[in-house]
Amino acid sequence: MVGREVGVSMTSTGTEASAAGWDEARLSEQFDATIAKDQRIEPRDWMPDGYRRTLIRQIAQHAHSEIIGMQPEGDWITRAPSLRRKAILFAKVQDEAGHGLYLYSAAETLGADRAELTDALIEGRQKYSSIFNYPTPTFADVGVIGWFVDGAAICNQVPLCRCSYGPYARAMVRVCKEESFHQRQGYELLLTMMRGTDGQRAMVQDAVDRWWWPSLMMFGPPDDDSPNSARSMAWKIKRHSNDELRQRFVDMTVPQAEKLGVTLPDPELSWNEERGHHDFGTPDWSELQRVISGDGPRNVERVSRRRAAHEEGAWVREAATAHAAKQAARTQETARTQKTEGAAA
Amino acid sequence: MTQEWPLYEVFVRGKRGLNHVHVGSLHAADDAMALTHARDLYTRRNEGVSIWVVRSEHIAASTRDEKDPFFAPSADKVYRHPTFYDIPDDVPHI
Ligand SMILES: [Fe+2]
Ligand SMILES: [Fe+2]
Repeated sequence: MVGREVGVSMTSTGTEASAAGWDEARLSEQFDATIAKDQRIEPRDWMPDGYRRTLIRQIAQHAHSEIIGMQPEGDWITRAPSLRRKAILFAKVQDEAGHGLYLYSAAETLGADRAELTDALIEGRQKYSSIFNYPTPTFADVGVIGWFVDGAAICNQVPLCRCSYGPYARAMVRVCKEESFHQRQGYELLLTMMRGTDGQRAMVQDAVDRWWWPSLMMFGPPDDDSPNSARSMAWKIKRHSNDELRQRFVDMTVPQAEKLGVTLPDPELSWNEERGHHDFGTPDWSELQRVISGDGPRNVERVSRRRAAHEEGAWVREAATAHAAKQAARTQETARTQKTEGAAA
Repeated sequence: MTQEWPLYEVFVRGKRGLNHVHVGSLHAADDAMALTHARDLYTRRNEGVSIWVVRSEHIAASTRDEKDPFFAPSADKVYRHPTFYDIPDDVPHI
């Protein structure tokens, strides 16, 4: 990791602070007090190494998910059934690219290096959300992704708007504003298909059946199997546990499924009057493990597609760099000639 | 050999009458590209009427180092605030 010497994004490291004669205990106290007061930590503040590392890992993983997340839906841009749907899908996928970039920008304020993050993704050293390793064989998948996957992302991201790290929280505010469009266009697409033919209705139900459980897995392993959660909660990076967020998603989605007229594929799903929540079945956690560790239906394809895009774009990046250097030299040259002419006159 | 594009900080004026506000950063090969990237990235929904971009390395910033009381000069001058002055209640418009 390279701590870049840049203005706003510059990070102040532990070494810099001790050079100023501050002992770690005092700095750590100051950090804890800021968190306790529910104030934000900003890039140039001292922060524990663990906090920085945890955030870089989480934000990078989040950024990678947005970028890889363009692929399953992007597959349908050329085959969207109407110009209206194509334009919408284009805008949606472009937003996801934007989300990835907001997040990479936030990771860079912590001293992460952008090129290294890209390398970590295409070399498989950093992960992205398991959900994007599933295929999108029908156009109904585009609708269900908007409804479920963006819906689940909203559940996860709304609390992150109050995350203790300022740049991450601000990126999430921006992202959340855009997610609502994503979810609604998906649901509207499905509503339209449900008003269509039997074949279209069956297509929607089939997509719901395939995406429901993987969507529940997006919230991560159950709480008693989520070792780092407590620390992230103490640091106020995370505000709710995986199971809480999963419950919130189920409660939010059930009435939407009823309105749409589809069945969620869980025989155990039922309203629990006492708890005031829906009871639901247990996802197949071994499947999540398998997909996370690289053995999902599309893992290899997703990463190699990202690698190809990066490598095929290399000449563009190089050409732009060369062009910028040439322009800068030319501007300098003109300035010099004008100065000499001015002196001569 | 690929040299990484430099980092730029982006400032957007939301609408006429407001200041430019820092919104984030991006990489670009030069100033012109930074502006178009900033437009595509930070103003996809009419979020701005004007954009500034500046190379991150050109920004000088204060640090939060409480040993150096950088902001102390502003802390002990209560007389800079209107509430410091006692004016009788019956004096109008003040
Ligand atoms: Fe997103
Ligand atoms: Fe989204």
